[in-house]
Amino acid sequence: MDSTGKPIRVSEITPEGTYLRRREFLKNSLLVAATGTGVGASLLWLMKGGRMGGAAGGSAVGIPAAVPVSSPEGPAGDGSVADVWSDIRKSPLSVTEAQTPPDSVSGYNNFYEFGLDKSDPARNAGTLRPRPWTVVIEGECHNPMTVDIDRILRWVPLEERVYRMRCVEAWSMVIPWVGFSLAELLKRVEPKISAKYVAFTTLLDPQQMPGQQRSVLDWPYVEGLRLDEALHPLAILAVGLYGKPLPNQNGAPLRLVVPWKYGFKGIKSIVKIRLTEEKPQTTWNEAASNEYGFYANVNPAVDHPRWSQATERRIGDIRRRPTLPFNGYADQVAHLYSGMDLAANF
Amino acid sequence: MGEITQAPSAGAPAIPRPRVHRSPPTPWLKPGVFAGALAPLAYLLVQGARGRLGANPIAEALNNLGLVALIFLIASLACTPLKTLFGWGWPIRLRRMLGLFAFFYAALHLTTYSGLDQGLDFRAIWRDVTKRPFIFVGAAAFLLMVPLALTSTAASVKRLGNVAWKRLHRLVYLSAALGVIHFFLRVKKDVRGPAIYGIVLGVLLLVRALAFLRKKMILRRMHAGAPVASPAE
Repeated sequence: MDSTGKPIRVSEITPEGTYLRRREFLKNSLLVAATGTGVGASLLWLMKGGRMGGAAGGSAVGIPAAVPVSSPEGPAGDGSVADVWSDIRKSPLSVTEAQTPPDSVSGYNNFYEFGLDKSDPARNAGTLRPRPWTVVIEGECHNPMTVDIDRILRWVPLEERVYRMRCVEAWSMVIPWVGFSLAELLKRVEPKISAKYVAFTTLLDPQQMPGQQRSVLDWPYVEGLRLDEALHPLAILAVGLYGKPLPNQNGAPLRLVVPWKYGFKGIKSIVKIRLTEEKPQTTWNEAASNEYGFYANVNPAVDHPRWSQATERRIGDIRRRPTLPFNGYADQVAHLYSGMDLAANF
Repeated sequence: MGEITQAPSAGAPAIPRPRVHRSPPTPWLKPGVFAGALAPLAYLLVQGARGRLGANPIAEALNNLGLVALIFLIASLACTPLKTLFGWGWPIRLRRMLGLFAFFYAALHLTTYSGLDQGLDFRAIWRDVTKRPFIFVGAAAFLLMVPLALTSTAASVKRLGNVAWKRLHRLVYLSAALGVIHFFLRVKKDVRGPAIYGIVLGVLLLVRALAFLRKKMILRRMHAGAPVASPAE
C-alpha cells in the first residue's frame, strides 16, 4: 500500500532483477565515492608533505593583525618609541616599481628557523618574542655595546626604503622596508682599523624558533659582509615594512637588507653584530659552498649549479623577467668589486 | 523509500538471486580510484583560480604536479609486491591506470615547467636540460615513460608479445629511480621528503628482487628433482 491507501498494481511493481541491480548500483556508487574520497584525500595529504592537521595550504597568511605592533610600553616621557613610526622619511634610494602585496611579503618566506616550507614561517613564527630584545655589537671596535632595540630606534631616524629583493631561488619582490643605514650603527661602535668584516648572528633559541630543534642548518644562522659593503649607504638594518614593525616571519625585530645581494644574505632576527679581521664562516656557504658563495651578489651571468640565474619571476607575475647585475644596483655598488673575478667570487 | 519493501514471500520457491554483474567483483574500484586520482588536479585548478596557491602559484603547481607524478609511479610499482607479499590481486587491476596517471601528471608537470615557468623559451629550456643534472634527470625520467604510456594497451601487449612487452616496461624502474633522484636534486637542504620516497621505492624493488631469487631457487630445485614445498602463491 502506498500513502494514499490504494493497493499497488502489479504493473507498478519493480521487477526483482531491476530492484536488486538498483541496490547493487547504489552500493557501488557509495563505494566509488568512498574510494574516490579516500584516494583523493590521501593524495592531497601527501601533497601537503604529510603534514598532519592544521589548515595547511593557502590559509590566510597576511600580516597578522596581532603583529607585535610593538609600540613598546617604553616609560612615557623617555623619548617615546611610538613616534618613530609616525615619522618615517622617504628615501631617494627607493625604487618606484610596483610593490609586492603585504600578503606575499609576509606569507612567502624562507626562514628555516620556523619551518622549511615557504608558508611555514607565517604559520609558526608566533612563538618568537621580539621584545624585549637586545643586540650585542662587539669585536674589532673601540666602543662595543649591548643595546636594547628600542634604544637603537631612538638613535636613528627611520626611513622607508623600497628595494628590489632577489631570492637565490629565482623569484623576486619589491618591498617597502622601514629601517636605517647599517653604517649609522657601525659608526657608533667606532670600528678599529683591523676590522675587515662584519658578522651577524640570529637568535639561538629552539623554544622560540622551533625549526632550530632540527639540525637542518648549523644553528644559529650567521651571515657576513665585507666592512666596505656594510658601510655602503644601500645596506640597511630593517625594523619594519609597509610602515609597520616587522612581522615575526620577516625577521622581527631587526634584520639585514642588502638589496644587491641574494635574499639569504638578509639575516633575520639579529642578536649579535661582530666586527672581525677574518672573513666569517656564513651558514649557507658552509652548508653548500659550491652553491652559495660568501659574496652572493645578484649576477645573471653566474648560474646556480641547479638553475639559471639569468631570469627571475617577480612574485605576482606570470612571465619571467631578466635578472639585472647587482639586482639593478650596479651603478651604486659595482665599484666595490672592481678587479674581482665575480664568477670565482660568486 | 521504495514501493516494495519486502522480499519475495516466503512461500514462493526459493529463487536463486540473479547473479547480475558479478564478473568483476569490485566494479567500484577502478572508477573510485580514477575519481580520486583527479583530486590533485582539481585542487590545483580550483585553488589556482581562487588565487589560493600562495605567492608563487606556478612554483606551487609545478612542485605538486611533479610530486603526484612520482607518487603514482611508485604506486604502480607497488602492485606486484603487494601481490607477492599479501596475495592481493586487486592492485594488479589498477596498475595500468596508476601508470597512466603517473604519465599524465608528469606531462602536466613538464608542461607547467616549459609553458608557465619558462614561458616556452626553448633556448632556455635546452640550456637547462643540457647544463643541469637536475633538469636532465627529470627530463630523462619523463622520456622513459613515453614508450610505456604508448604501449599501455592490451593490443600493444599482443603486438609486442608478452616477453618483449615486459622487457620494455622494465624501463619503469629506471624512470622511477630517476624521478627520486630528480626530487633529491631539487631540495636545498631538507632531504626527508625525497628520502622517504626513495626508501619506499627501494623496499618495493627489494621485494621484487627477493621474489625473483626465490622463484629462481625453486626452479633450480625442481630441476634437480628435489621435492618442493608448494610456494604459497
